[in-house]
Amino acid sequence: MNTIKMHTISVYVANRPGVLARIAQVFARRGFNIDSLVVSPSIDGRYSRMTIASQGSAEGLEQIILQLGKLVDVMRCVDHATDVAVIREMALVKLRVDTEQRTEALQICEHFAAKTVDLTEKSMIVMITGNSEKLDACINMLRKFEVVELVRTGKVVMARGDEET
Amino acid sequence: MSEAKMTGGEALVRCLENAGVQYIFGLPGGAALPMFDALVGSKIKLILARHEQGAAHMADGYARATGKPGVVLATSGPGATNTITGILTAHMDSVPMVVLTGQTISSMIGKDAFQEADVFGTTMPLVKHSYLIKSTNEIPRVLREAFYIASTGRPGPVLIDIPKDYSSGLFTGDLYPEMDLPGYNPGTGEPDENVVMQIASALSKSRRPLILAGHGALLADANEVLLALAEKLKAPVTTTLLGKGVFPESHPLALGMLGMHGTAYANKAVVECDLILSVGSRYDDRIIGKASMFCRNAVRIHIDIDAAEFGRMIKCDYYCKGDARKVLDMLLPQVGELKTEEWLQTLDGYKERYPLNYKKRGGLKMQHILDVLSEMTKGQAIIVTDVGQHQMWAAQFCKTEHPHTWLSSGGAGTMGYGFPAAVGAYLGNPKRQVWAVVGDGGFQMTMCELATACVNKVPVKVLVLNNRYLGMVRQWQTLFYDDRKSGVDLDGSPDFAKLAESFPGGKGLTLKRAADIRKVLQKAMDYNEGPCVIDALVEKTDNLFPMIPPGAAVEDMIIEEPRANHKLEKPTGST
Repeated sequence: MNTIKMHTISVYVANRPGVLARIAQVFARRGFNIDSLVVSPSIDGRYSRMTIASQGSAEGLEQIILQLGKLVDVMRCVDHATDVAVIREMALVKLRVDTEQRTEALQICEHFAAKTVDLTEKSMIVMITGNSEKLDACINMLRKFEVVELVRTGKVVMARGDEET
Repeated sequence: MSEAKMTGGEALVRCLENAGVQYIFGLPGGAALPMFDALVGSKIKLILARHEQGAAHMADGYARATGKPGVVLATSGPGATNTITGILTAHMDSVPMVVLTGQTISSMIGKDAFQEADVFGTTMPLVKHSYLIKSTNEIPRVLREAFYIASTGRPGPVLIDIPKDYSSGLFTGDLYPEMDLPGYNPGTGEPDENVVMQIASALSKSRRPLILAGHGALLADANEVLLALAEKLKAPVTTTLLGKGVFPESHPLALGMLGMHGTAYANKAVVECDLILSVGSRYDDRIIGKASMFCRNAVRIHIDIDAAEFGRMIKCDYYCKGDARKVLDMLLPQVGELKTEEWLQTLDGYKERYPLNYKKRGGLKMQHILDVLSEMTKGQAIIVTDVGQHQMWAAQFCKTEHPHTWLSSGGAGTMGYGFPAAVGAYLGNPKRQVWAVVGDGGFQMTMCELATACVNKVPVKVLVLNNRYLGMVRQWQTLFYDDRKSGVDLDGSPDFAKLAESFPGGKGLTLKRAADIRKVLQKAMDYNEGPCVIDALVEKTDNLFPMIPPGAAVEDMIIEEPRANHKLEKPTGST
């Protein structure tokens, strides 16, 4: 049996209309769900970087990567194993906390090196960065307060050292 | 640069002329008017189809017969969507094609304008690449890229959607621009020598080798080196449906087509070989049957220009990425003769024991007509088929000798393909006689193109193997669904000979008796003023064998018709 694993795929693409749709179609056609997707311009504005998190069988993902590589607008496509790449994510969490609860909330934030980016009498917005597990842990702790909204950026990845992303 | 002021449409036609385009297959409409206007006075000949699907299949047939991209021109909305079946057909079979579609003016896109369809989005999964034009001046660059992408590497269809304001707008750009394709790699680089050496070494140990040649070998013009390799190794060669023509079927090493309805001896060779060398075949599901059982004790080798095919259907021991001819050119000097006498004797035994045959007595049989057709055309004609029983029988009985003389919709299995593709094939290669072998079902899907063939005096011979059934489906219902026939009876079809006669320049013949086969085929061969349709009234309920039931292993091939009361299990495979 194939084991289902989370993969973080970095795709370097020419910045052309339709490129995102083409990439999404490769996943959708094979029944793969995209868990998160980050698209932003690269240092050379003609190209964009996409980081796609998806889970599925290694075999299926391998096929997807080969298919992505065939797309005319795709320059490179790499599945990054976590051990050789830096993977980071950011989350914004809006909490309903009154003045009484605020100290405890701030303590938790401090522990996770999270920042308070908005503060009112009744609420605060916390910004957390790090790997996904750290974000999960922090958000879990913050659940003891009322979480009004949660927005995660999805993962971005960069290969370590001389490796190319 | 541009001597006189020209429109985007005129620039487009100029670029098509410069690309050496002979024919455009199309049908006009409002959004395509500037492009059709630019064709007036052009040296490119417009072939006006009666339906855009026909135009697309004609372009496909032209491309397969010549190796050059076929060009389709249609209008927006329904005109464009009518080409989609043709695009799918070309995509599945790696056929180079450039499809130009009109689009509503750019300011109306997305507003459900009249005859607007999101053609760029709709066709995305079916093309090798596509473009939505964003300015008049980019037309030449996009066109150049489209032809390059369509015809290099693993070929395929490329679509260009052109808003009317850009095709009618003033062109002020460069007619000979550079391409801008940083991410496109056709995969035609040098093959990996190490892998080729490993394959040579694996071959040297084989005593029961089998070469499997597919469409990729044909597209790469690898026929000569393939023949040299097979003869040097003394290895038998089987081909896929689309590989027919890449290896002469009159050759003693030829086993004909393998797969679901392949020859018994080709499939026996698959089961018993100790090594299979696939050259430009994608190990399609029609070939391998049950994937886990396919050649499971043999060394499996896969040569393909498209690395995404590796391991997709079956795992192989060696993968070699590259153009089939380049790989074989590199492999040929590294191999020597193998000790295959015993193996070839075994296979010859199978050829004697399980020949392709049929009963010549009784009613008129498709096999009999095709057998005679093959004998009369001697592998010199281009045979284009539709899809169904007649297609498989034609694959079995029409022996191919030369590349680009066998055209068939393989991957997509598109009914309606055969006749229009034959028209395109004739225009591409008028030196050869062209036969469209079609069924009564498929022919009725695109027979309106008889007008196109008549107007252009295309002397395609249309052999309608008319069993008044959708025969292949009927066969499956008979074999697997207790003969419960559902939706297969084609009562109400016209008299195809009379129909052909009703077109100016069309000729119709009727074939009813086996004794008349040769005479009627000859009459069709002698008529060259336009299309000639033979309405061959064949047996209604003949079944096609050998057959590997879908999802079954190759060893479970049914060679002959099972006894009447013998019930087959419902197949587990896809279709």
